[in-house]
Amino acid sequence: MDIQHWAAIIVSRMQQTHSIEWLENKATEIRRDIIRMLEHAGSGHSAGPLGMADIMTALYFDVMKHDPKNPDWDERDILLLSNGHTVPVRYATMAHAGYFDRKELMTLRQFGSRLQGHPERLKLPGMETTSGPLGCGLSQACGMSLAMRMDKSSHRWIYVMMGDGELNEGNIWEAAMLAGKEKLNNIIGIIDRNNIQIDGPTENVMPLENLREKWESFGWHVIEINGNDIEAVIDACAMARAVTEKPIMLIAYTIPGKGVDFMEYDFHWHGTFPNHEQAKEALHQLRTLNGKIRGEHE
Amino acid sequence: MNSLHLADGTEMEPTRKGFGRGLKRAGELNANVVAACADLTDSTQISLFKEAFPGRFVEIGIAEQNLVTVGAGLAAMGKIPFVSSYAAFSPGRNWEQIRTTICLNDRPVKIVGAHAGLYTGPDGATHQVLEDIALMRVLPNMVVIVPGDSIEAEKATLAMAADPRPNYLRLARDPSAILTTADTPFEIGKAYVFHEGADVSIIATGTMTAHAMEAVKLLAKDGIQAEVVHVPTIKPLDTDTILKSARKTGAVLTIEEAQIIGGLGGAVAEVLAENAPTIMKRMGVDDQFGESGTPQQLFEKHGLMPKDIRLQVHALLDKRSHR
Repeated sequence: MDIQHWAAIIVSRMQQTHSIEWLENKATEIRRDIIRMLEHAGSGHSAGPLGMADIMTALYFDVMKHDPKNPDWDERDILLLSNGHTVPVRYATMAHAGYFDRKELMTLRQFGSRLQGHPERLKLPGMETTSGPLGCGLSQACGMSLAMRMDKSSHRWIYVMMGDGELNEGNIWEAAMLAGKEKLNNIIGIIDRNNIQIDGPTENVMPLENLREKWESFGWHVIEINGNDIEAVIDACAMARAVTEKPIMLIAYTIPGKGVDFMEYDFHWHGTFPNHEQAKEALHQLRTLNGKIRGEHE
Repeated sequence: MNSLHLADGTEMEPTRKGFGRGLKRAGELNANVVAACADLTDSTQISLFKEAFPGRFVEIGIAEQNLVTVGAGLAAMGKIPFVSSYAAFSPGRNWEQIRTTICLNDRPVKIVGAHAGLYTGPDGATHQVLEDIALMRVLPNMVVIVPGDSIEAEKATLAMAADPRPNYLRLARDPSAILTTADTPFEIGKAYVFHEGADVSIIATGTMTAHAMEAVKLLAKDGIQAEVVHVPTIKPLDTDTILKSARKTGAVLTIEEAQIIGGLGGAVAEVLAENAPTIMKRMGVDDQFGESGTPQQLFEKHGLMPKDIRLQVHALLDKRSHR
């Protein structure tokens, strides 16, 4: 690691407003809300949102510059959720961050709700784009970054969450080529590398490895991290912001269904929701885990 | 230049030339107008803008899915992006990206589809996209513009730059007749009566309006006064102008160099059936693909020449008199 990356991490840690323990507890609260939302909705995806809760907590409570009371603030960092099916984790995190009341979370997927089954920009302030059909987020980030460059205002960061299964989409690699060619260095992509997609393990459905080499060969700076380690996510984002010549891709290894033992690593939970008994058990497990996630990784 | 099939001496120019001039002018008028292209800068004529404003142009390469989604990102930052390729690829290949990231997301991206229709001639069926009007017309929020000549294409481009909605502009490859002048009015959403008549309404879009105007002369010799309604905006459709003409003449013929299913013919039929059922004939390409040939050979094959309009008008009026 370069000295500049160490410096970036040190500065980032000095600027932290929440302790890692506080953030880990927040991620657990978000996971509990995800379970409640999905049970109440009676449909939706479980594994991805639970796996991404630590990344989303890190982004909204530490990494990103944003203002829940002014979602259109023109200095804000941008988060594009390209894997739109994981939106329950974003809704829950946004509610905890103060974008809207947590009570509204229980309207997920219901008629008239602002919390659509897949995210719609026009429905909910703070939702930067409409997504669900996979493969489109990185391209939009390229367009945003190019517009900022034209305006000579590329001081804002654009974070793009993608699923690993989503990388099957050709549109992703079209964007990867463009960002590499144009050296769009204010784009920080984050791949939720949980190794599952609907039809099974990613390496069986459509092999992605060697993922690091793929992105590097397209002109990206790649950082691999444990995506369930909030401190690692925060540090990696700080390192990413210190990279000046290339777009940055974080490959974040996560556990699908993280925090609920009968969901973890099981691809069957990709696209389904917990029933009442399962939700009860999941909430119980997440209560006992509260504040202990850090301990697991040590 | 293709051989003239209209009256000798008619000035001709491809509609894409008008787009190229219009976009450069739009760029001069508004610094937020930007452009991107998928490796077809010269043939889509976006090259004029690129040369004038290199810092506001993005070369995407042969990647039409990326072309329109990058456009959505540019628009998200307040830009007015014009993105061009051949219509067969954009909006042919990237329809879902247009639907989700532009229409549902309500971003004012301007999709420019060049080499649409039978004027694409020798390139053959793969490139002569005839389905683009139907594909774009079905999308909520999308405005669909098919200019009648290069002068109107230039005006349409300027109007698109000022329009807050997603737009689709359909352009042709080969030279087509110039019908309008700098003073001819153009407004998005308006249809125009180019020739008044009481016996039949010929409702035309794009390059086929020129054929309709030629047919008027042939029909006049037969004692038939045909009205020509030029429809450069397929969506939103100017239903008032169309219904007024249909009610006046009681017989409607539509013509386009596109699939009649879902195209202008479909759009007019929907409006008439609901508001003023009128005997009608849809001329265009009827559920077939194109093939290589000169535009004139293709218009002959698909029965889209002025003489064909004349025959179809007679058939339509005969049918009406036997009802």
